[in-house]
Amino acid sequence: MYTLGIDIGSTTSKCVILKDGEYVYAKGLAVGGLGTQGPEIALNTIWNESGLTKSDIARTIVTGYGRNRFEGGDGEVSELTCHALGGRFVFEDLRTVIDIGGQDAKVITLSESGKMSNFVMNDKCAAGTGRFLDVMAGILCVDINDFEKYAEKSKSPASISSTCTVFAESEVISQLANGVEMPDLIAGICDSVATRVASLARRAGVRETVCMSGGVARNGAVRKAMEKELGVRIEFDPLAQYFGAIGAALYAHRQLTR
Amino acid sequence: MAEEVKKAPRPVDPNSAKYKLGKIAGDAYANAIEAKKAGKPVAWVSSNFPVEIPETLGLYTVYPENQAAGIAARGAGERMCNVAEADGYSNDICAYARISLAYAKLKECPEQDVAMPDVLLCCNNICNCMIKWYENLSQELGIPMIMLDIPFNPDYEPSRAIIDYVGAQFWDAVHKLEALFGIKWDDEKFKAVTEASCRSSRAWLEATAQAKYTPSPFNGFDLLNHMAVMVTARGKEEAGEAMETLLKEYKENHENGTSTFRAEEKYRVMFEGIACWPYLRATSRGLKDRGINMVTTIYADAFGFDYSSFDEMIAAYCSVPNAINLEKSRDKRIKLCKDNNVEGLLVHTNRSCKLWSGFMPEMSRQIGEACDIPVASFDGDQADPRNFSEAQYDTRVQGLMEIMESNKEA
Ligand code: SF4
Repeated sequence: MYTLGIDIGSTTSKCVILKDGEYVYAKGLAVGGLGTQGPEIALNTIWNESGLTKSDIARTIVTGYGRNRFEGGDGEVSELTCHALGGRFVFEDLRTVIDIGGQDAKVITLSESGKMSNFVMNDKCAAGTGRFLDVMAGILCVDINDFEKYAEKSKSPASISSTCTVFAESEVISQLANGVEMPDLIAGICDSVATRVASLARRAGVRETVCMSGGVARNGAVRKAMEKELGVRIEFDPLAQYFGAIGAALYAHRQLTR
Repeated sequence: MAEEVKKAPRPVDPNSAKYKLGKIAGDAYANAIEAKKAGKPVAWVSSNFPVEIPETLGLYTVYPENQAAGIAARGAGERMCNVAEADGYSNDICAYARISLAYAKLKECPEQDVAMPDVLLCCNNICNCMIKWYENLSQELGIPMIMLDIPFNPDYEPSRAIIDYVGAQFWDAVHKLEALFGIKWDDEKFKAVTEASCRSSRAWLEATAQAKYTPSPFNGFDLLNHMAVMVTARGKEEAGEAMETLLKEYKENHENGTSTFRAEEKYRVMFEGIACWPYLRATSRGLKDRGINMVTTIYADAFGFDYSSFDEMIAAYCSVPNAINLEKSRDKRIKLCKDNNVEGLLVHTNRSCKLWSGFMPEMSRQIGEACDIPVASFDGDQADPRNFSEAQYDTRVQGLMEIMESNKEA
């Protein structure tokens, strides 16, 4: 039995087909979230990759900010539940998920049995989210995927004291003008995101095993900064960005087999 | 194009609590406007100032917080905030204050016009922003301000010293008003007012306590509207009568298995904070569509001014939500959660109300732990519509619901 999970976020769309709720049969990701062609492109990717068609899918669950507006799903579930389910699918002892997405950051706690027990999310401010990193990458003209490489070379991370994205932007520009080295600047930016999100994590209560999900999870510099900040190991899996979609597909499977 | 046919609003039964409460709230505004025209004194009063004073002295009253809530609910919050901001008031200031200061300048706002004041009655038992707001009104309008200072109480109960301090100010305010307007305090009238206030409070407390039944005989959003009468008119005879009608209706609803919550009640939550007036419909729909009934709020307790002596009355004014310490605030809420079988807590992180929202993260954590319920919070504002995102609200409410759902399954 195939189930489909679609995660329509603010900046990307992800789709996952699970076979028998056991393994990832196909996955697709497209830039562009709610209100763009993103969901369609991601879906086309998985149809092409899997050779399956819509009629092969037993149930489709949609999650993410675009979940309410997407037509063609059999139901919708919040990304909170989906990240918890998806994370637990990959890490079986998972108790804490730190998800940094395009426009929000959330820390989800799971009970021993794997149920979501609570969550804490960022306030309306973009600091501590993927958007903050995107804006900084833009100013520095550095590909965000290279952040880790740069940060590794840092000897003394710059201090970015503004939490406001707009203020931080001018702070970074003036540090650049003052000759602060790129690696130190990038390490400082990653530290700033990590401290913001770590305080959310402390509020939620950190229990191991901890993992990161969402697009920013791929950024090793942020992950490492967060490990240092929280004093725990933070697991990472290349599927991290798909946890929401995996969770949705798993939810669909559970609904059918319960 | 076919003309849109607007449905006529359903007539409200004049014997219903809704009608009676709506009339009391509406009459208070209209009577003050008439009184002003007739040259009688009008006071603008902060919400937890002892109503016993203006009511006994026969002063007509307007409650600017209530007015601002009405303006915001009718969609004019941003327009009024912009007026205040253009005059230099920071948008970090409470939006009720900004709206009120804008009104003092414009002296009109069709969304909720009020009579202009001759005196300002200010009490800081809810916050200190109130003092500066009223001082500015006093300066701008050139009218006196009478201040009743009730400091934040770090202890669990108000001390003898605090009660004496506030009690003395109570009489000082009375004497000042007597001198200002040539009016006289009447002990008999005071007795009648206190009786009416206690009668309204008892009925309110009992009505809101009907949420102990599952399903609750009412939708908690009702309380946010009905509470206006508790704020502005609890010392009036007719308020007691209307509150008793409300209680009777809720009891009947319970007996008949009906409710003003027009959906199947699947989950019961406590709502924390002032309503998000500009998005009242969106916030209430986000709950109702998921079968979540907001069965209680701290308002259920906050306006229960039931006392049997002068000192107890003063103690009650020293014990309003924002004047008491975290432990007492928490315990009151834990009691409400337990009495009403609450399964989740939804916290409005209200950008306007720093004091209230400031101690909420820690307080809600403690409540969540003590009652073993999940807690979710969302950003918003009681009156400035620029601080709310419906998508964000929706995700958090849904997350809260999903935890409550899985708790039920477990
Ligand atoms: S800051 Fe809070 S307590 Fe003070 S007036 Fe505004 S809403 Fe009321």
